[in-house]
Amino acid sequence: MNRRQAYEAGQRRRALRVAGISTALVLAAIMVLVPLAPGWPQVKASFFDGAVFAQTFPTLLKAFLIDVMIFAWSVPLILALGLAIALARGAQAPALFPLRVFGAVYVDVFRGVPVVLTIYLIGFGVPGLGLPRPWNSPYIWGTVALVLTYSAYVAEVLRSGIESIHASQRNASICLGLSERDTMRYVILPQAIRRVVPANMNMLVALQKDVALLSFIGPVEILRQAGIYKSLLANFTPYVVAAVIFLMVTVPATRYADHLLNRDRNARS
Amino acid sequence: MPEAKLSLRGVTKSFGDNAVLRGIDMDVAAGEMICLIGASGSGKSTLLRCINQLEPIDDGVVLLDGLDISEPGLDLGPIRRRIGIVFQSYNLFPHMNAVENVLLAPRRVLKEEVGALRVRAEALFERFGLAQHIEKYPDQLSGGQQQRVAVIRALAMRPEIMLFDEITAALDPELVGEVLNVLRQLRGEGMTMLLATHEMGFARELADRVCFMDGGVIVEEGAPEEIFSTPQVARTQAFLRSVLR
Repeated sequence: MNRRQAYEAGQRRRALRVAGISTALVLAAIMVLVPLAPGWPQVKASFFDGAVFAQTFPTLLKAFLIDVMIFAWSVPLILALGLAIALARGAQAPALFPLRVFGAVYVDVFRGVPVVLTIYLIGFGVPGLGLPRPWNSPYIWGTVALVLTYSAYVAEVLRSGIESIHASQRNASICLGLSERDTMRYVILPQAIRRVVPANMNMLVALQKDVALLSFIGPVEILRQAGIYKSLLANFTPYVVAAVIFLMVTVPATRYADHLLNRDRNARS
Repeated sequence: MPEAKLSLRGVTKSFGDNAVLRGIDMDVAAGEMICLIGASGSGKSTLLRCINQLEPIDDGVVLLDGLDISEPGLDLGPIRRRIGIVFQSYNLFPHMNAVENVLLAPRRVLKEEVGALRVRAEALFERFGLAQHIEKYPDQLSGGQQQRVAVIRALAMRPEIMLFDEITAALDPELVGEVLNVLRQLRGEGMTMLLATHEMGFARELADRVCFMDGGVIVEEGAPEEIFSTPQVARTQAFLRSVLR
C-alpha cells in the first residue's frame, strides 16, 4: 500500500465509524422516544399487530398478483400507444396536422388530470353506457384509464428523447437518400429509445403503485383486500402489510432504474 | 466543351440577414477534382450543402447532368443518392457497427440483396484498410477510422459525385494522412469530387482546379499552380500569405 492508498483507507475507516455511530444514535432515539408518545400503545396495537400481519400476509400477497397482472398487460399497451402519440406529435406533413393537434391535446389532458379522476370517470362512466358483460368489467376500463394516463407521460419522455438526437444524424441519413420515415425508424428512434429507457423505468415503477388505485372501481386487488381485512379485523396492520409487499417490488425496481441511469450518465460523460 | 456533370448558376443563399452565398457560378466536369479554399465563414460548407440540397438555395440553379435539382418541391431522395457527402464530424450512426452503417442506405434505398451488398461493402473496407474493423462500433474506432467508414458509407451508394466538407479538420494531425490517402485513391479512380479543405498542400498536389472563396463569392479560380504560385487577386494573396506562412 502506497502513501496515498494508506491515507484514503484511513479516511474510509473514519467515515464508516462516523456513519455507524450517527445511525446508531438516531435509531436509539427513535426507539426510546416514539414509545414515550402518549398514543403509542394504541398505534402499535392497530398498525403493527404481529398476529394480524402473519394472518393476512398470504392472502394479500395473492391479491397483489392481480396488481401484477394488470401491470403486466398495461405495459405493452402503454409503450405502443406512447410511441404512437410521440410520433403523431412530431408529424410534419400538413395533411397530418389534425394528428399533431390530437397528440398535443391528448398529452395535455391526460397529464393534467389526476390518475384517480381518470380512473373514476372512465371506470364508472363507460360501463354506465350499459355495455353487456364482459365489456363492463372494471378490469378493462381501469386498464384503459391507466393506459391513457401513462401513455401520455411515456409519449412526452419519448418525444424528448427524439428531440435530443442531434440534427446531424438526420442530415447524414437523408443525405444517403433515406426517406424521412426510414430515417426515423432506423436512425433516430433506436437511439432515442435507448436514451429514455431509464426515465421510462421510473415511469413503470410509478405505474406499479398506481395500479392499486383501481381498487376504487372494484377489482379486489391488494389495496381493496387490505381494506376488507381492516374492516373485518378492526385493525390497520393489513395496510402495513400491503405497503411492505409493494416495497418488495418497487425498491429493487427503483434501484435498477437508478443503476441504468447512472450507467447511461457515465457512458455519455 | 462537353456538358458539365454539375453546374451552378447564380446560386445565392442567406440565413436571415446573413448572405452566405452571393452568386456562385461553377462547372464541374466528370472526373474532375475541385478544391474550395478560403477562410472559415467564406461559404465553402454552405456551398457543398446547397449542391446536395441539404440547404435549399434562395436563387439561381444547380444542374446535375443538365437536370435542375434545385427546383423547389422536387423529390430529393433520388437525387441525394447520386451525390455522396462526408462531413467534418463523421456523423456515423452510433448504434450500428461499421458495416451496418455502410449497409443501411443501400438496403433501404436501393433495395439491394444483402449477400451481394455485403461482399461489395467488405471489398470497400478492404480497399481502405479497415478490414479488421468491419464489426466495430463507431466509439471503438479512432477519428481517422470513423471518417474512412463515413467515406465508405457514402461510396456504397455508388454516387456520381462526392462532396467532402473539411473532412480532416476535426482529426488529430497524425490521422489526417490516412484520410487524405483515401481521397488520393478515389482521385486515381476518376471520381468527381468537390472538397472544402484547409489542407493546402493536398489541394496543390491533387486538385484539377482550386477555387478561392471569400464573402460568399468565388474570388479567384484556376489550376493549383496558378493559384498558389501567382495569385492575381489581392484577397487571395492575403489569404495564402496567412495560411502558408
